[in-house]
Amino acid sequence: MSGDYEAVIGLEVHVELKTKSKVFCPCSTEFGAPPNTHVCPVCLGLPGVLPVLNKQVVELALRAALALNCRVAAFCKFDRKNYYYPDLPKNYQISQYDLPLALDGYLEIDTEYGSKRVGIIRIHMEEDAGKLIHEGEALNPGKYSLVDYNRTGVPLLEIVSQPDMTSPEEARAYLEKLKAVLQYTDVSDCRMEEGSLRCDANVSVRPAGSTELWTKTEVKNMNSFRSVQRALAYEIERQIGLYEGGEQVVQETMAWDEAHGVTVPMRSKEEAHDYRYFPEPDLVPLRIEAEWIGRVKEHLPELPDARKHRLMQDYGLSAYDAGVITASRDLADYFDACVAAYPQAKTVANWLMGDFSRLLNSYNLEPRQAPVSPAELVELMVMIDRGKISGKMGKTVLEEMFATGKKAKDVVAEKGLAQISDAESLRPIIQEVIAANPGPVEDFRQGKEKALGFLVGQVMRATRGQANPALVNELLKESMN
Amino acid sequence: MSISLEEVEHVALLARLELGPAEKEAYTQQLNAILGYMEKLNELDTENVEPMAHVLPLANVFREDEVKPGLAPEAALDQAPDKHDNQFRVPKIV
Repeated sequence: MSGDYEAVIGLEVHVELKTKSKVFCPCSTEFGAPPNTHVCPVCLGLPGVLPVLNKQVVELALRAALALNCRVAAFCKFDRKNYYYPDLPKNYQISQYDLPLALDGYLEIDTEYGSKRVGIIRIHMEEDAGKLIHEGEALNPGKYSLVDYNRTGVPLLEIVSQPDMTSPEEARAYLEKLKAVLQYTDVSDCRMEEGSLRCDANVSVRPAGSTELWTKTEVKNMNSFRSVQRALAYEIERQIGLYEGGEQVVQETMAWDEAHGVTVPMRSKEEAHDYRYFPEPDLVPLRIEAEWIGRVKEHLPELPDARKHRLMQDYGLSAYDAGVITASRDLADYFDACVAAYPQAKTVANWLMGDFSRLLNSYNLEPRQAPVSPAELVELMVMIDRGKISGKMGKTVLEEMFATGKKAKDVVAEKGLAQISDAESLRPIIQEVIAANPGPVEDFRQGKEKALGFLVGQVMRATRGQANPALVNELLKESMN
Repeated sequence: MSISLEEVEHVALLARLELGPAEKEAYTQQLNAILGYMEKLNELDTENVEPMAHVLPLANVFREDEVKPGLAPEAALDQAPDKHDNQFRVPKIV
């Protein structure tokens, strides 16, 4: 970004709640079912039906509200948001308008300048819409769309931040943190690829240091945290470019085009923003007693920041290591399971942040889906400690464990990777190496320490890397002196 | 407050209603009569009256989070004017 401007970014995040059934009817919320198999008269909006609120939706919404430091409204209600679009069978979405569930919260994020508080304006409950599949392809569009109403009525939370973020990196840090909090509290899976977390951004620029707000645009259609960051970076540059060229930014909705790396104006739905909200007559309001709030608060699980500090305090991990491990509840749970059986926390952290994470990424797995259980990873670390295999071998063994699902000791036995740690098997090889390399042996005897490294390398080569290097070192010195 | 013919046309468009000239005229008059009655209500002092969210004096009506089977796709799509592969088929609107 040019030094003369700063960005002003606010995010609007929708997350699907982890309930078994939909918000106003008992249909399943399961993802990926065949089209229109999780539908009933209520979510299809057939005449004469009545919605009834799922209590667990309020429970999870309260959990999110409290974990995000919001003030919970003592009284709230649902409203109808009216618009015509085929993903909405009733032609209105049940949402909350002027009396949302929760207000005025915040989320602490880590930035390059230290910790920063991003305000949360409001959190409200609503129902998700259905899924449209457009027939035809981009170059040869069809005339029809197909509608699947399985997702219609899946409970959603809309979480609206203050425009407190000033860079794409901060926006991403906010999303990562929000995801962690919602996963820790079991409010949502937050799987962007399955659409259980979606994000729109409001973005404008202004002269650096100014407090005025210039015209903003809304950016949609971002399908990953990375694309949010890229789309914002592009949009900020686009707006600065307009001002620099003497033009103005037009308030409009832009779609992020991932393939071309650009934002393009969306064709606006005519009159789309005239929603004519009014109170939902089919649902009675909510009165949330202090006792209910107290109970939810008391049962809130440990949140990411608290867990990070616990890892630093109890295990002496650095702020960085603890931050990486606690960014995902899954990985933090995996870490806890490992250290319960193997107390060398730093070693566990190194494995988890290094090869383990690398392998998870390459197989596109979450820690809980890893083919290697915490107990199996501990076994591997113990084998290294006992000198059965070298640390370098350990990496190969872990790769093989991921690929085959086998245990460390079976991989080691099958591949012949066991480390040679008994002096008697190594002595004949050492004698051979000494006999074959009189030059370096003489150098070593003259005090050239470097020559020892060469000789160790020769032994390692002769044993295909299986010799215990520390032992080889010791035996070589012993034989040459 | 009164409502103009243009506003009636706008509201009709939002509700996807196609109105003829005579209907537009009639609805403009009727809506103005209704709004006129609201003006009458506005004469009341409602300073200390809480806005009503619902006609029933009830709150917190819930169901438990339990899954029950809904409709079979064939039944769900039975009345659809157009369908394909167990999905509703509609004109494309982007």
